[in-house]
Amino acid sequence: MITSTHYMLLSAALFMIGVIGVMVRRNIIIIFMAIELILNAVNINLIAFSHALQNAVGQVFAIFVIAVAAAEAAVGLGIILAFYRNKETLNIDEMNLMKW
Amino acid sequence: MIDTFVIPLVKILVVLNATLVAVSYMVLLERKVIAWTQSRLGPMRVGPYGVLQPIADAIKLMIKEDITPVRADRWVFTLAPIISMVPALIVYAVIPFGPTVTIFGHAVPLYVTDINVGLLYIVSVASVGVYGIILAGYASNSKYPLLASLRASAQLISYEVAVTLTLVSVILMAGSLSMVSIVLAQEQARVWYGFVQPLAFGIFFIGSLAETNRAPFDMPEAEQELTGGFHTEYSGMRFALFFLAEYANMIVVSSVATTLFLGGWLRPFPNVAWLGVLDLIPGWIWFLVKSFVFLYIFIWVRATLPRYRYDQLMRLGWKVLIPLAILNLVATAIVKVWWLA
Amino acid sequence: MGEAIAFYTLAAFILGFAVLVIATKDTVHSVLFLVLDFLFVAALYVLLEAPFLAVIQVLVYAGGIVVLYLFVVMLVNLKRPPEAHQDPRRRTWLGFGLSAAILAELAAIALYSSAGAAPAGPAAALPVAGNTEQVGWLLYTRYLIPFEIASMLLLVAMIGAIVLAKREL
Repeated sequence: MITSTHYMLLSAALFMIGVIGVMVRRNIIIIFMAIELILNAVNINLIAFSHALQNAVGQVFAIFVIAVAAAEAAVGLGIILAFYRNKETLNIDEMNLMKW
Repeated sequence: MIDTFVIPLVKILVVLNATLVAVSYMVLLERKVIAWTQSRLGPMRVGPYGVLQPIADAIKLMIKEDITPVRADRWVFTLAPIISMVPALIVYAVIPFGPTVTIFGHAVPLYVTDINVGLLYIVSVASVGVYGIILAGYASNSKYPLLASLRASAQLISYEVAVTLTLVSVILMAGSLSMVSIVLAQEQARVWYGFVQPLAFGIFFIGSLAETNRAPFDMPEAEQELTGGFHTEYSGMRFALFFLAEYANMIVVSSVATTLFLGGWLRPFPNVAWLGVLDLIPGWIWFLVKSFVFLYIFIWVRATLPRYRYDQLMRLGWKVLIPLAILNLVATAIVKVWWLA
Repeated sequence: MGEAIAFYTLAAFILGFAVLVIATKDTVHSVLFLVLDFLFVAALYVLLEAPFLAVIQVLVYAGGIVVLYLFVVMLVNLKRPPEAHQDPRRRTWLGFGLSAAILAELAAIALYSSAGAAPAGPAAALPVAGNTEQVGWLLYTRYLIPFEIASMLLLVAMIGAIVLAKREL
């Protein structure tokens, strides 16, 4: 019997993989993809609960999450391109002009 | 047992095999039609009037040497033709070739399945097919395929927007995303949607020419500029897969156009009663005839029109087709809400 | 039983491909694994009886967003891999540790919260049946304003992306 706890654990594991990606990798494109994984983990949770409670509201919010992910990807990739044109690198550790 | 397992499996087998045969004969048809347009004979050597040419082609492609460039990304290079072939085939699962018929006492719907989100399924699966093109260009590690694949994917993504917008206006008319329900809605309205949505039909046709990379929008394969396009480095069966995928996609878009705009398996003029004698011809034959007409027009356009330039193509997509499609969508919505409700 | 098999298979694929996404050296391979991961997540949505979301997932994520990633990866033709010159003072293990802590926290929440029964009973019945119809109905009635804001957000993002990525306007 698969309960919503199973889905929550799957979602938590996917979330963790995304967090590891953000923390450990330095390639900014990989970091963006890890963020997409995190957003997907959230969506799995929303839809699992939508299924468990027989309520479509969870799916509506998943659609909003997807819209935000699309906006984030567009702007983020634009920033990556602009950054690459200036510094010829994708290493996030070298993005430190605004740091101090 | 028979109804749940055997019949669907048989249907899947029939649809897949019919598709592959149809695709290989599309190649012959295209060569013949273009030849006739140019006062030539076309392939004549293999079999009477060259009807066995596809078999000869298949044998040739299979026994050809299969080359992988040294600097290519091996995995992705192998994967790319498969990625472009698979979506082109699994789309057929939701295309309704005919109504439910009775064969040996079993009620058999003439489609593999009818899902609630059928039309969206087609659009989304087709949008995955673009990976095959991008990855082929990337993995070849060669400049012409890379340029061609960038062009192809930009073209596909741009025209997908316009095509999807026209589909939305059809969805508005039918009130459903299921392919079967859309045909049934046309039966109930007693008119093909091609007549009430001529603008959407036109945009869909132009957009599907661009989405299948057909002339006059065959920019990704422009031989004179790009030495053959994204599959320049491919040979043998892998090249054939790209080729088959292109033709399978053509058959998909003509089936979708038939279903959405030409009434699917309905006879012509479903609102004229005295033409009822046409009902004697079974629905799936009407479906095949309409799709064939569409495919013929594809070839005809290729034989007649010269190629667009790339910037003209992009301008047409973004500055003409998409605004027109949006206008059409808004107009459809207004008519639906204020007049029909 | 069938559901359990389907769930565990899909979960294994989702997690496996997610690990490959963040572990692969070649960025293009990483993007490919991301597409596969999204496709399996879409299959999971089908299992959860949300076919509309599954199709949207494939259409928007696999067919749209990831194509953008692939474009950018191909445009920024890197001469040196971005992680070849790692800062030696970076503490990678700290990332793993923090992530493990987050996992422990989330798992604890998941396991303990389900002990108390969930507020059962379906919410107020909607006037329409069917998954797509219900999502659409909610989106255009109760959540109309968030929906419009989301469309505004997408417009702003579109303009922003053009302004950022274009060399001169």
